[in-house]
Amino acid sequence: MHPTTKIVEKGQPLFFKEHQESLYKSLEDKHTTIEVSDDDPLNTRMILNMGPQHPATHGVLRVLLELDGEVIMKNRLDVGYLHRGVEKIAENKTYQEFMPYTDRMDYLSPYASNVAFCLAVEKLAQIEVPDRAQYIRMLGCELARISSHLLWLGAMVMDSGAISMFIWTFREREKLYDIFDLLAGHRFTVSHSRIGGVANDASPEVLTMMKDFVQNLKSEIKGWYKLLNKNRIFFDRNRGIGPITAERAIELGLTGAPLRATGIAYDVRKFEPYLKYSEMDFEVPTRLEGDNLARYYVRMEEMEQSIRIVEQCLEKIPKGPIRIDNAKKAYPSKDEVYFSMEGLIHDFMMTDTGVCPPAGVECFHSIEASKGELGYYIQSDGTGHPWRLKIKSPSLGNLQVLENVLDGQMIADTVVLIGGLDPVMGDADK
Amino acid sequence: MGLEAALGDGYLTTRIDTLVNWGRSNAVWPMPMGLACCGIEMMAFAGPKYDVSRFGSEVFRFSPRQSDLMIVAGWCTFKMAHAVRRIWDQMPDPKWCIAMGACASTGGMHRSYGVVQGVDNFLPVDAYVSGCPPRPDAVIHALMNIQEKIKTQHSVLLDA
Amino acid sequence: MSLPEFFQNLTLDLKNKFSAAIQDISDYQGDVLITVSLDSIINVLTFLKNEHRFIYLCDMVAADRFTSEDRFEVIYNIISLKSQKRLFIKTRCSEENPTLPTSTSIWPAANWHEREAFDMFGIQFEGHPDMRRLFLPEDFDYYPLRKEFPLLGIPGSLPLPSTTPDSKA
Repeated sequence: MHPTTKIVEKGQPLFFKEHQESLYKSLEDKHTTIEVSDDDPLNTRMILNMGPQHPATHGVLRVLLELDGEVIMKNRLDVGYLHRGVEKIAENKTYQEFMPYTDRMDYLSPYASNVAFCLAVEKLAQIEVPDRAQYIRMLGCELARISSHLLWLGAMVMDSGAISMFIWTFREREKLYDIFDLLAGHRFTVSHSRIGGVANDASPEVLTMMKDFVQNLKSEIKGWYKLLNKNRIFFDRNRGIGPITAERAIELGLTGAPLRATGIAYDVRKFEPYLKYSEMDFEVPTRLEGDNLARYYVRMEEMEQSIRIVEQCLEKIPKGPIRIDNAKKAYPSKDEVYFSMEGLIHDFMMTDTGVCPPAGVECFHSIEASKGELGYYIQSDGTGHPWRLKIKSPSLGNLQVLENVLDGQMIADTVVLIGGLDPVMGDADK
Repeated sequence: MGLEAALGDGYLTTRIDTLVNWGRSNAVWPMPMGLACCGIEMMAFAGPKYDVSRFGSEVFRFSPRQSDLMIVAGWCTFKMAHAVRRIWDQMPDPKWCIAMGACASTGGMHRSYGVVQGVDNFLPVDAYVSGCPPRPDAVIHALMNIQEKIKTQHSVLLDA
Repeated sequence: MSLPEFFQNLTLDLKNKFSAAIQDISDYQGDVLITVSLDSIINVLTFLKNEHRFIYLCDMVAADRFTSEDRFEVIYNIISLKSQKRLFIKTRCSEENPTLPTSTSIWPAANWHEREAFDMFGIQFEGHPDMRRLFLPEDFDYYPLRKEFPLLGIPGSLPLPSTTPDSKA
């Protein structure tokens, strides 16, 4: 049995000594789900550190692997390399000031995080949002989901070896960036959603661009299916890798597309419909196998369903206001601010004090983000700052499952599994 | 110009510095330290639309031993700072560093206990790019500034 | 108050079984929150999982009330997939003894959530298989999300790397 003091004895400069020691000790103490025999007379087992900087861990994730040849016996994850204390920052900001921080959490589909936060605050402060704003938010959410899945596809296939897939999906993402640029003024960390509505209206030009984009995307997806669906190498790398049964997934708290790939059709858009999803006609794709290939199929089909939702939204979007008119609950429009005294005062009060929900209440709202169920639990104390803001992040739950699933896999499958579960470290580390 | 006149066509005289710096600046291989959202913009900067390989940064070498420019993209926490510094130390000279984005330059919007308020607290930064995240054009501008810096401010004498 | 029928039956059932432990039931905008006393929290959660099929633990929230008694509270966010309903269970613990029994035996998903509560607030969970900090390194001595911890941190609590590279490395 290899002692953990081996790491310390080598005389290498160690940073955070206590942290490293407790981490290696917990790797040794881990009770894994596969059969591990304790005797290792030839000392062949090795601890490999897939460090925080690695081309294939999506972001800064550290994985400690105890290897016997190429098979992983035990593993431990070390997260927190991107922890900035967003929940503590939230306690010092008004609800609207916090909006840019939500963008930077799940930075692959930032529009969805914006909408999640807005919905939670609107539920807490009992604010009604006009219809046109809801449709614009839905369009933004679905396009953000497509954007995140495009990056997932490019990164996962690139990590399996086919590097040019990355370039193709990025070409589509650039088109999405152009759409967001025209809609909201920024390429991807938009803070377009405001409490009470959206920041500005979507011009007909943007809506036409969205329509052309999804038309084109349908044929692109068909092309990718032709490449990957009958590809022997892709199948060999993904079939049977990291299988999770449905019961185990529920026990471990898996969420999002990997949960649907095990057979459980849990989608927050159908479980607790928000915005106008109850009026949209779409399906929730599920698979039964629970391995990496199933996750691939589920996400591809999710992209197709998102295209369907975008087309329906573009047909049904009504004309109307994009923010509610109540001065205590939402920012006034820029015309009012520039041309009337009350508008100016209301704008000042909203920036200074902000939206004030009733004191002593708490509520939770979650949405189906591209990674899983993203939710905000807010406790209010009556002022414009939240008392406690807790973010239910889907990537943190999925990483916990990764720790359980990696035992027994081969080391080369780590990369593909991380790609399949698709964590985003900004979201997981808050 | 006596030497060039004497040698005739087909010969060019220059200083070693100019020649070496020309080679170095047009083949800057970056080591992407893509930590957060700026990392996604860095991927876009290497992507098809704002193609950076036409500037010579053909491959993004994830190995520090084979690169000469480190692009720190994203906020750096105290826990991660040690890993970033170790990778910087492993890069061979001559090396340059771009702090991409507001978070890498000064801590950005994340003014809290976990984030280092600017990577220049522990790394010698050559170019700062502002933006949250900066457009890929801005990062290309920073890369071009680094190329200028290599051409004008670097010398082979420093390599000794 | 007028709860939906599912929750009315559920709260009646809970009150019949654990009459003293249920301290408060509230309903805000459709979120039903039941406050339970600390010593019977595990029994209530096990009962909810086994009898009422709340098998999916969505989230665990820890909060600091900053009051002199019962300072910390922990809220469990559980979902019953069979009845398609979500429920919140809240329990409180004091500052002198911030200990709760672990729920990893009920839902293994609680593992990292409890580690996060420990990391941010210092709430210990008895019986947890791996009680370590989650985000911050073990060398860090403070609990950041407590209200008295300053936002900018305590200078020197997290060391920066040295700018002179080690000659031995």
